[in-house]
This record gives sequence, structure tokens and C-alpha cells, in this order.
Amino acid sequence: MNIIAKKNWYFLISLLVIIPGIVSLFLWGLNLSIDFTPGSKLTFSIANKNDQAKIENILKSENVKISNVEVSENLVSYRTVSIDQNKNNKILEKLGNDIREEEFETIGPVIGRETTENAIKALLIASFLIVLYITFSFRSVPKPASSLRFGICAIVALVHDALVVVGVFSILGHFWGVQIDSLFVTALLTIIGFSVHDTIVVFDRIRENLIKMGSSDFPNVVNESILQTLVRSLRTSLTVILVLVALLLFGGESIRWFIVALLVGITSGTYSSIFNAAPLLVLWQEWKEKKQ
Amino acid sequence: MNQPRATLWIIVFLTIAAIIIQLPFLKQLQFRKGLDLAGGTSITLKADMKNIPISQRDTALTAAKNVIERRVNVIGVSEPLIQTAKAQDYRIIVELPGVPLQEAMNLVGTKGKLEFREVLKATSSAIPYEDTKETGLTGADLKDATPAFDSQTGQPIVSFRMQDKSQDKFAKATQKLIGKQMAIFLDKQYISAPVVQSSIRDSGQITGGFTIDATKQLATYLNAGALPIPLSVLSSRTVGPTLGLSSLEKSLFAGVLGFVIIVLFMSILYGRLGILASVALIIYVLINLSIFKLSNLTPYGITLTLSGIAGFILSIGMAVDANILIFERMKEEERRGRDKDVAIELGFSRAFPSIRDSNISTLITSAVLYNFGTGPVRGFALVLAIGVLVSMFSAIVVTRTFLRFIYK
Repeated sequence: MNIIAKKNWYFLISLLVIIPGIVSLFLWGLNLSIDFTPGSKLTFSIANKNDQAKIENILKSENVKISNVEVSENLVSYRTVSIDQNKNNKILEKLGNDIREEEFETIGPVIGRETTENAIKALLIASFLIVLYITFSFRSVPKPASSLRFGICAIVALVHDALVVVGVFSILGHFWGVQIDSLFVTALLTIIGFSVHDTIVVFDRIRENLIKMGSSDFPNVVNESILQTLVRSLRTSLTVILVLVALLLFGGESIRWFIVALLVGITSGTYSSIFNAAPLLVLWQEWKEKKQ
Repeated sequence: MNQPRATLWIIVFLTIAAIIIQLPFLKQLQFRKGLDLAGGTSITLKADMKNIPISQRDTALTAAKNVIERRVNVIGVSEPLIQTAKAQDYRIIVELPGVPLQEAMNLVGTKGKLEFREVLKATSSAIPYEDTKETGLTGADLKDATPAFDSQTGQPIVSFRMQDKSQDKFAKATQKLIGKQMAIFLDKQYISAPVVQSSIRDSGQITGGFTIDATKQLATYLNAGALPIPLSVLSSRTVGPTLGLSSLEKSLFAGVLGFVIIVLFMSILYGRLGILASVALIIYVLINLSIFKLSNLTPYGITLTLSGIAGFILSIGMAVDANILIFERMKEEERRGRDKDVAIELGFSRAFPSIRDSNISTLITSAVLYNFGTGPVRGFALVLAIGVLVSMFSAIVVTRTFLRFIYK
């Protein structure tokens, strides 16, 4: 199997997956939860559609504007404008004893702004530190490869995975009301960690093979390295994916979208480490040679 | 080779210790469950510091925290968590498992009211509020209070100063009470009842065989009244008890299921090696759970939340990765015609750089998450980081020792 020879096809597949997400991101943006923008979230357990209609009527009569509804098996979550506990008490009074409020959360503007800032900072700092570490760890890699190039290619793969997940969630948010919360940021950072984890395993083998096989045929060394680590990559990802599927099916509704984000990201991470990160090293090498 | 035997004993010892820690009768060792699992209310408060001089802001914040702590202790909440935090402003984070929102709001809602009252019926122990009479003196009349030492006896004391406008009032009231007790109450709770030695005008001191800690605490209470900081709610969250319980049950079930899947998967893929790895994985889980429990004996207790459990289950997946890397490498070396025992050693040593680099990158991510995250994000990061560290031990040390014993 020659993955490197078909590398442009694999880049194309990545683009086809990423572009719809980016389009959605530009058109509709992200559906942000109250973790990022001030507001309240009310979650009720419901038995049927009537209950949901009843809740919505009461919210309307109290002049509470609903900006997002998320329905799962027996829970319904409303994202509304900021309301205080007095208002919440009034709503509960009107609801009576049939419908139980499971969760009530209000987040002010200060916290929301802070969470957004911290999320962006965390993503940037983590990426930067990882490039730094890879550059350091691969410093002994023989010519013509350079350790900085390894670091940058790992980050490109990482950005690829982040874009896939953010794009998918932009689409999910627009059509199904799925919201981006602070757990999503956690998922994103985990995916980044995992993506780099996967990429490093492949890169590590390239480093080893460059020493063993020499670097005269760089594309071939990279291809061999990908093939040698393929079984491991697939098996590891499969294990994690199986665990995530178990969590998705039985882990409860509060972490459902968190798990979905991880599933999308880890699938993408496996793909990008095999079909993007290492082939990108070859592309860079070829481009350098052409320039000379 | 003596070393693997010693390592084996260490593993056996750690495993037995971990099993003992998991036994339910050790009441002091419990998991601390977050609000999303236990149900309850979490409130983030902002302290309005605009009237407080910068040098006293930290003290004022601690004082306000202590006031809330006292109120919470009075109603007897199990495992409350009350923390101060300095972000862009001064904050107090209150987490009360099992307490509904309204009740929690009542606890944090009003500012601490400190009163000085005349004692009608003198007793040696705590004086009930009913047995005292108003003097008109409150915390608002105090300027500040600090723990200090008596210049003559060296005894720990609390010295305090009055507000300028309150000096006449205080002098008059204390003049009347010379030789009698004056009780100090915070939110109608008895704190102390020093005997008034002389009329107090601009400043005074409270003596009475205190320990240093006691003077610190008394000063804090006095300051809580003297420096009442208005608190406003930045965010609040309430989780009903049923949702918490069902989340807990579901995540535990998912965790067990995930674990069983991994064990089956490894056994099918790698046969006897897979079973060995599974035993190492059981040890991994036991050690991890023990760390969660033991951490609660230290100030850095780990609170288990839904995302924390997800992080833990994920770390099991990552722990397996190290084993897969090693086993694949061993197979490769065997295919190249190496002897089994050589292949084992080579498998470990050649897979090590990948395991090290990939785990360090995960540790970097968790460290960043821990630094920038709040609440659930922090829990997740901490659990993931511990998981990665323990997994290095289980995959490299435990599995390797087992293999060395079997293929010798």
C-alpha cells in the first residue's frame, strides 16, 4: 500500500469534510451556551410533549424569552435570558408538582467573558507548548528532515481535527440546537492531546527509520513508517472509540454531546495522523527540493 | 536477576493497599462527589471591594468566607466546599451538596451582622442570644481588629480600633459595663464574651488566655462585621437530587461496561498477553481509585464529576494504548526472528520513546486545562493527568514485570 503516492487524494477528503463546517461557521457561527454568553438554563424532566408545551406556556406568560431548546429522552433544557431565583420560584409555583425542575443555572456576563478568554488562551498555549516539545524531542532527527517541521506538521494535523469538530458542532448547533459549553472546550483540548499523541507515534517511527534506512528516499521511509504503525493506530483508536460508544449509549444525557465531540475528534485524529501529518512532511520536503 | 522480584513485591504490595483502601468500612476514605453527581447548589459570588483599602481586601474576603462557612456549618451541610478565588475580581465560590437553591441563597445572601451585647445572665460557657441585651454597638462601629501580643505578658490578644464617629458611643456603653461581660455575636451566634476592664474609646484589646489561632479567628470574625463586603451573585447552578443520582449510576455503568469491552478486546487481539495487560489494567484502576480517595485527606482533594469520570474512562483507553504499542513492537521483533525474551525487552525499550512523547503531550494539555479551567474542567484535567502518570507505571512496570516472570 502506498499512502504517500495518493496523498493529494487524502488531503482532498479532509477538505471535503472541513469545508461544510467552515461554511456553517461563517453563516451561522456557533450556538454558544450560557457558559460563554450571559443567561439562564432550565432543565426539566418531562413525560410527554404536553409537559413541554405546558412549560413553554408558563415561560411565555412570565415573559421569559427562550433562545434555545434541547430535548432528549426525558429531559428538556431551555436556554433563556438571565432570570433570578425569585423568577425561577414563580415558574416552579405555576408548574405545580407534576413537572420537576432538574437543573437551574444562571451565569452572569463576567463569567461568560472569562470562560471565552480562558478557552482561547488554553487552546493557543497548549498548541504552542506541544510544538515546542516536539521540536525539542525530535531535535536529533537526521537531515533532510528538521524537528521544527515535525512540530509544525503535528500542529497542522491538530488544527485539522479542531476544525472538523468545531465545524460539525456549528452544523449540529444550527440544525439541532446543540450548544457549545465549557465541556466542549474540554473535549476539544482532549482531542488535541490525543491527535498529537497519535501523530507522535507515527513521527517517532519515521525518526527511527530515518536512522535505520537512511534518508535518501524520504517518501518511502515515511510510507513504511505509516504502514508499520497502522495496526497500532487502528487498534488504539478502536479501543477508545468502543469505550466512547459505551459512554454514549449508557453514560447519561448530561455528557452526551461531550462524548459525541470526542468521538468525532478522535476519529478525525486517527485519520489526520495517518493521512495528513506524515504525508505533509513529504509534501514539505518535495516543495523544498523543487525550490532548490 | 533480583530486581524484578523486588518490583513484583512492590506491585503486590501496592495492589493490596489499593484493595484495602477500596473497602467500604474505611469511613474516613470516601470519594468526593461533585454537584452534578450528588445534586445541590453552587454559587459564585463577587465581593464588592470598592470601599475596602487594597491592603485589607484579602482579609476581608477571608472574613466573608468564614461568615458563610459558619452559617453553612450551623445548618449542617455535609461536605460543603467554600473557596475564595481572585480572578479579575474577588470571588467566593460556595458548593453545597443536597441544598436547594433558595436555601443556599439565604445562606449567602445577607452580609454578616456583628453585635456587641450586654450579658444579663453570666455563664462560663457559650451565652445564648436571648440572655443578652442590646447596647447599640455593632460591627459597623469597629474600624479593624488584628491578632497581636500583649506587650507585658506576651499573651496572644486581639486589638481593635473604633471608627471615629463611634468613639463617644462606645466609650459610653463600655463605661456602663465595666467589670461585666460584653458578649460578641455574629448573626446571632455567640463568639466571645470578654469582661470589660475599662471604658473603651478609640481602641482596645481583648485578652483571655487565647491561643494564637483563637486570636486570629476572633479577629477575623470582628473584621467580618467591621468590613461587611456586599456580595453579588455572578452565577448559580442547582442540580436536582434525582438527576445527580441517575447521572452517577449511568456513568458508573458506562465505566464498568467500557472496562469490560477493553478487557475483551485486548484478550481477543493479544491472547495471553492481552489477559496479562488486563490484569495490569485492573491494578491501574485500583491505584487510580485509591488516589482519588486518598487525595481527600490532603488540601488537593479530587472532586469526582461527570466529566472527571469521563476523563478517567478515557485514561483507561490511553493506558491500553501503551500496551498495544509494546505488544505490536514485540510481535514485529519476533517476526524478525528474535527470541521471545529478547523480543519482550526490545518491545519495551523501542516502544518507550513513543509512549513517553505521547504521554508528555497529554500531560501538557492537562496542565494547561488545569490552569485555565474552572470547576468541571479542572476535575477532568486532574483526573486525566493522574491517569496518564499511573498508566505509564502500569503499562511499563507492571506488564513488564509480569512478562519477565512468565517467559523466564
